[in-house]
Amino acid sequence: MEKHILRRKFFNYLALLFTIISASWGLFWLFFILFDVLRHGLSALSLTLFLADPTPPGEEGGGLRHAFVGHLLINLIAILLGVPLGILGGTFLAEYGRNWKISGYISFLADTMMSVPAILVGAFVYAVLVKPLGHFSGWAGGVALAIIMFPVIVRTTEQMLKLVPWTIREAAFALGAPYHKVIWQVVYPSVKTGLFTGILLAIARVSGEAAPLLFTSFNNNFFSLDMKGPIASLTVTIFVYAMGPYEYWHAQAWGAALVITLGILLLNLTARLILKRRRPR
Amino acid sequence: MEFTNRLFAFLTFLGAFLAPLLLFGILFIFLKEASLALGKFGFFQFIASAEWDPVFEKFGAAVPLTGTMIVATLSLLIAVPFALGVALFVTEVCPARLQDLIRLAVELLAAIPSIVYGMWGLFTLAPLMARYVEPFLQKVFSPLPIVGFLFQGTPLGIDLFTASVMLSIMIIPFTASVAIESFYLVPPVLKESAYGIGATKWEVIKDVIFPYCKIGILGGIGLSLGRALGETMAVAFVLGNINLFPISLFSPTTTVTVKLANEFTEADKDLHLSALFYLGFLLYLLSLLVIAGSKYFIYRVQKK
Repeated sequence: MEKHILRRKFFNYLALLFTIISASWGLFWLFFILFDVLRHGLSALSLTLFLADPTPPGEEGGGLRHAFVGHLLINLIAILLGVPLGILGGTFLAEYGRNWKISGYISFLADTMMSVPAILVGAFVYAVLVKPLGHFSGWAGGVALAIIMFPVIVRTTEQMLKLVPWTIREAAFALGAPYHKVIWQVVYPSVKTGLFTGILLAIARVSGEAAPLLFTSFNNNFFSLDMKGPIASLTVTIFVYAMGPYEYWHAQAWGAALVITLGILLLNLTARLILKRRRPR
Repeated sequence: MEFTNRLFAFLTFLGAFLAPLLLFGILFIFLKEASLALGKFGFFQFIASAEWDPVFEKFGAAVPLTGTMIVATLSLLIAVPFALGVALFVTEVCPARLQDLIRLAVELLAAIPSIVYGMWGLFTLAPLMARYVEPFLQKVFSPLPIVGFLFQGTPLGIDLFTASVMLSIMIIPFTASVAIESFYLVPPVLKESAYGIGATKWEVIKDVIFPYCKIGILGGIGLSLGRALGETMAVAFVLGNINLFPISLFSPTTTVTVKLANEFTEADKDLHLSALFYLGFLLYLLSLLVIAGSKYFIYRVQKK
């Protein structure tokens, strides 16, 4: 009897110990990676990194201005395309099409689309935008990121709009407002913070992507604002520089990695903070 | 008025319709682009052949497909126990005040860009592996019978083992957060009645929580698997991209995604590019299946 209980207690402590080890395992890697990126990245951070263009390969110095600007432009295109389309799609699922059977399927497909391998999206955009036109372009990169962003916005919009009580819409209908006005003037304003955080999270999701840009916006060693041609992005530049032979390239890649990691963590934390504030206690 | 309303309704419909259009459009375009290689090699010959020779235009998917499978399986094997452990720690063990914080920290693992993982893997993890971890594992395990061959070879750090370990870190949050969500859904009454008859915490976990949540856990593991199948940049840094079957844990190999990333822009022959699209098509089908399956499981849990 006594032995039996001891055995059960032993397994219990073993299991609890394992959960503690698991949590420490996760935290350990998070802090290890963040610390390492900070350690290498901080020493590479300087004004020239942001303000100077790259020097010819092998010649020390220079910066990544071309990649910072290119990255912002590509992401801007992605946001301008992905956010409105996503909000429209989500609006259909939660409003006009809420009773349609097909809405459930579309919602499920959008959910599935969220986890499609990013590199395949890049290959798809290569096939429809790059190959027919004959050249890599910043536009193609933006479209690839927009495709990744789109389902995320669709789903968050749908979920947010469904949180708005139906009676609020009915109150507006009773005043004679047509449905589109109800959506624009009653539904959207009441979930605007939610939509905003959804957009922040979607931006955080795509702005660290490198794989879909490899075959679309490609890379460019020079400063360029021409979205019709290949354009540098931070993530692809990190890939090229980290794989490259020069020490100072590695240092600059660490600098870029630090900026992008901090940016994305900041976006994530801001979004979560806003959501937490709004949640009724 | 009525016209504007109709127009807006139509626009929202177009937006929603874009989701299936893209999802199936990608499938269609991949099939179209792959048709050249599909016609030349067929299905079984393509997946069974290990040859990948752009010069003589002989292409087979056996090595990258095997690589993808092995890397995904290994990383799942490492990640799932830890992910479930984290989920249990958050929901059952740790003080209520820390729950959100630890959950957030683990979920942030998924927010770090994969390119940053890759770079960290190449410059920090791989050297550590080559210098300390792999020689140690080799010393301990290679004399053993049966499993010993897994630990043969020169530990260089750029290999299957490093790639799987790194990937396992990246996919922990997916299983963990789905598991946390479903653990929260276990009715307290069930747990309390088990505690009431004198069950230990572990017995409650194993006999009440796990059986109640098995579908949710399966869904979470599926999401992690989907991520592992499609991960590109992180693996590209530490796997080596060599078109050879791995002979041990310490040998470099390639995966579908790594092959795409490395060869896509360099493929100057139509057949080469088409073979790459064929690879992509197979990966796309596989990931859609895995993801849709796991989302379906997760939906069922949420509806309950």
